[in-house]
Amino acid sequence: MDMEFSPEDLAFQQEVRQFIAENYPADLRDKQDEGEEMSKEDFLAWHKILYKKGWIAPAWPVEYGGTGWTPTQRFIWSEETARADCIRLMPFGLAMVGPVIYTFGTPEQKAHFLPRILSGEDWWCQGYSEPGSGSDLASLRTTAVADGDDYIVNGQKTWTTLAQHADWGFFLVRTDKEAKQQEGISFLLIDMKSPGITVRPIITLGGEHEVNEVWLEDVRVPQSQRVYEENKGWTCAKFLLAHERTGIAGVAASKRGIEKVKAIARTELDGDKPLLANAFFKRKVAELEVDLAALEFTELRSLAGPNANRGPGPESSLLKIKGSEIQQRLTELSLEAVGHYGAPYFRGFGEGDNEHPIGPDYAHRAAPTYFNMRKTTIYGGSNEIQRNIIAKMVLGL
Amino acid sequence: MDFTYTETQDMIRDTLARFLGDTYDFETRQKFINSDSGRDPAIWTALAQELGMLGAPFAEEHGGLGGGALENAIVMEELGKVIAIEPYLPTVVIAGGALKAVGGAQADAMIPEIIAGSAIIAFAYAEPQGRYDLANLRTTAKKDGAGYVLNGHKGVVYAAPWATHLLVTARTGGGHRDRDGVSLFLIDANLPGIVRRDYPTVDGSRASEIYFENVAIPGDALLGGEGTGLPLIEQIVDEATVAVCAEATGVMQKLHEGTLEYTQQRKQFGVPIAKFQVLQHRMVDMFMEVEQARSMTIMGTLKLGLPANERMAAVSAAKAKVARGANFVGQNAIQTHGGIGITQELAIGHYFKRATMIEGQFGSHDYHMDRYERITLAE
Ligand SMILES: Cc1cc2nc3c(=O)[nH]c(=O)nc-3n(C[C@H](O)[C@H](O)[C@H](O)COP(=O)(O)OP(=O)(O)OC[C@H]3O[C@@H](n4cnc5c(N)ncnc54)[C@H](O)[C@@H]3O)c2cc1C
Ligand SMILES: Cc1cc2nc3c(=O)[nH]c(=O)nc-3n(C[C@H](O)[C@H](O)[C@H](O)COP(=O)(O)OP(=O)(O)OC[C@H]3O[C@@H](n4cnc5c(N)ncnc54)[C@H](O)[C@@H]3O)c2cc1C
Repeated sequence: MDMEFSPEDLAFQQEVRQFIAENYPADLRDKQDEGEEMSKEDFLAWHKILYKKGWIAPAWPVEYGGTGWTPTQRFIWSEETARADCIRLMPFGLAMVGPVIYTFGTPEQKAHFLPRILSGEDWWCQGYSEPGSGSDLASLRTTAVADGDDYIVNGQKTWTTLAQHADWGFFLVRTDKEAKQQEGISFLLIDMKSPGITVRPIITLGGEHEVNEVWLEDVRVPQSQRVYEENKGWTCAKFLLAHERTGIAGVAASKRGIEKVKAIARTELDGDKPLLANAFFKRKVAELEVDLAALEFTELRSLAGPNANRGPGPESSLLKIKGSEIQQRLTELSLEAVGHYGAPYFRGFGEGDNEHPIGPDYAHRAAPTYFNMRKTTIYGGSNEIQRNIIAKMVLGL
Repeated sequence: MDFTYTETQDMIRDTLARFLGDTYDFETRQKFINSDSGRDPAIWTALAQELGMLGAPFAEEHGGLGGGALENAIVMEELGKVIAIEPYLPTVVIAGGALKAVGGAQADAMIPEIIAGSAIIAFAYAEPQGRYDLANLRTTAKKDGAGYVLNGHKGVVYAAPWATHLLVTARTGGGHRDRDGVSLFLIDANLPGIVRRDYPTVDGSRASEIYFENVAIPGDALLGGEGTGLPLIEQIVDEATVAVCAEATGVMQKLHEGTLEYTQQRKQFGVPIAKFQVLQHRMVDMFMEVEQARSMTIMGTLKLGLPANERMAAVSAAKAKVARGANFVGQNAIQTHGGIGITQELAIGHYFKRATMIEGQFGSHDYHMDRYERITLAE
């Protein structure tokens, strides 16, 4: 047993570091530093650079365009991108539907969609949740009725992240109303420009337009865009939900987050001293670091353990629960650190109209981020549901 | 011992609750907080003139209802239940409290204006470097003939964009963190040399950065003694602190009620989610936090008249407990609502935002635990 990086790993780390330093777009970095909202082009800018380099899909098998990196290299990669504050890559194509397509798709689907996911040509969104089906996803009601070579799809999806940018969506739809809930569901790839699709914004607490309602009215979808067998979509859905084990815990990003909190607390004054010298505040930062170390080593064990090359199991629930809780505590500490300057609302009166920040420039995102990050214990299967999964699948209760 | 309200106190609560029920539903609130001015002045006028509510803590000879801190708490709790942005706290509780403490000509002149609703007073005390320390001041008021010249920068002054007057803390002497040398001034908000930068706050109110650039203020703007103002400031901030605890109680009650209601309607897995024991226990924990917030608010309010150390320990105990409770109840209200809880459309998130801001207002949990320890556990 050892936890040292090999000389090859260290060389790889150097290579990654240098690549990021030389290739990460400066204007993107400026926008991030200013706390501006990121556009679709911003997300895609970094995506395309990585695509050119051949590093866009480290988790994919080499035959479909993966990098062939070892788990340790993938770990280094996520550490380094987080350390350098690289913009996050959208997971919907690369981490979600991509693996479903290369695992369950037809040769035609693989040939058509995978290269476009890698190149960033298609932006994907995830159409799972419905107004009446959140935690109880299998109760979904959006229907797809066969009509010749097509399906006619009707229903409403909700919470669809960044659907306003999407070219394609992967949807769970009901193809058999009579079957037991999980057994009548199919997995469809739908062109978001299809007639009958309406996307409406939902504005969240931090003021962001991040999620949407998606209405489907008599949307015609070729049956050739169904992945896997009819009525067996739940298999794909479950595979996808548990798939992305690396990264789900957000360890690297949280490490970076702790550095940011410390930087704020070194600047903010508490009496004559920096806030970081305040015993209570310091203790909270230290406790967070300890909890993060526990998460990190749990993740490393799961990456390198005997199950490493099997599909991810219910242990991903542990990583999700602890990772999301840490992310939230980080935002809580930032908000606490900025004191009174958490209160100014950084947007102006009109929609999309950003006021110049009031107070120190690290302060104006603290409250919106705190509010926004409440989502992390809700989405991707709420933490209550994750605990239910552990109780049932791990503890056998 | 008797924790029941008097008839007048019941009347204040019922009248105000009825009025707010009629005028302050969530949609109406959103409409005016999103307007250019961020408020509906008719509400303030009605609170003053139709309800006489702005006179709640003032003596009858000034035209008030003869109440005090308890009446303020009753009003604040009701305002919390509708997440009202009305500047009752700075105007009535804080400036009113200072004027009551000082008395004399200044009180005779201003209190009737407060009661009539014609004065709105913002409390300009916090400075960018000061965190929650009331003595940490770089703003100065230098003696100049019969008056003073004010210079400095105050941050996040709630209600300042609407204010007719400002209650300002400033140094007339001493080094920047000394207890001595602090003074309190009540000044016209529109004096030459006052520069304001206004903005909305995350909890739906309005606030300003205020810069004083050689502002000439008259000698009678000074409230209390020159250079000896800190005890008075600490007293009024303690009154304000229990008043926000009362507001928090109202906010938390609504967060809890809203969650109970929602979980009984929302069905997943074929049952109302309120049937899941893990959520039931959480809602029980929320309930206990609401009840303890109410208890601690009452305790803090009733101890406001005690000698400074006992008063401060009680207020800090109340605020620390309420801050934690507001955090717990707010976060769990959102979590228990699921996705819908994080939307702007639903009221619950806006209650959560106010609860979050209350956590830090006049000192965080840590700040107040520290103050409590210093007073009660000093060796
Ligand atoms: C920001 C954000 C982005 C999202 N993006 C997407 C997306 O792109 N695509 C998509 O399809 N979906 C998306 N979602 C939806 C997300 O998956 C759901 O919000 C989530 O599954 C919870 O469902 P719900 O919101 O309906 O809450 P509900 O299911 O109504 O749950 C409400 C509360 O009850 C609890 N609860 C429910 N059942 C149980 C139980 N059996 N035991 C104990 N507690 C229980 C929940 O944990 C929660 O606290 C997103 C959500 C958010 C907030
Ligand atoms: C020091 C001591 C003194 C006592 N003195 C007396 C006495 O003088 N006279 C007397 O008659 N009895 C007495 N008791 C017994 C006491 O009342 C029981 O221990 C208690 O009612 C719990 O019952 P149990 O120990 O059988 O635990 P169980 O009922 O078996 O419970 C085990 C665990 O399961 C939990 N649990 C059970 N049901 C539920 C549920 N529906 N939902 C969620 N969780 C649940 C419990 O909370 C507990 O954590 C005493 C016990 C102790 C420890």
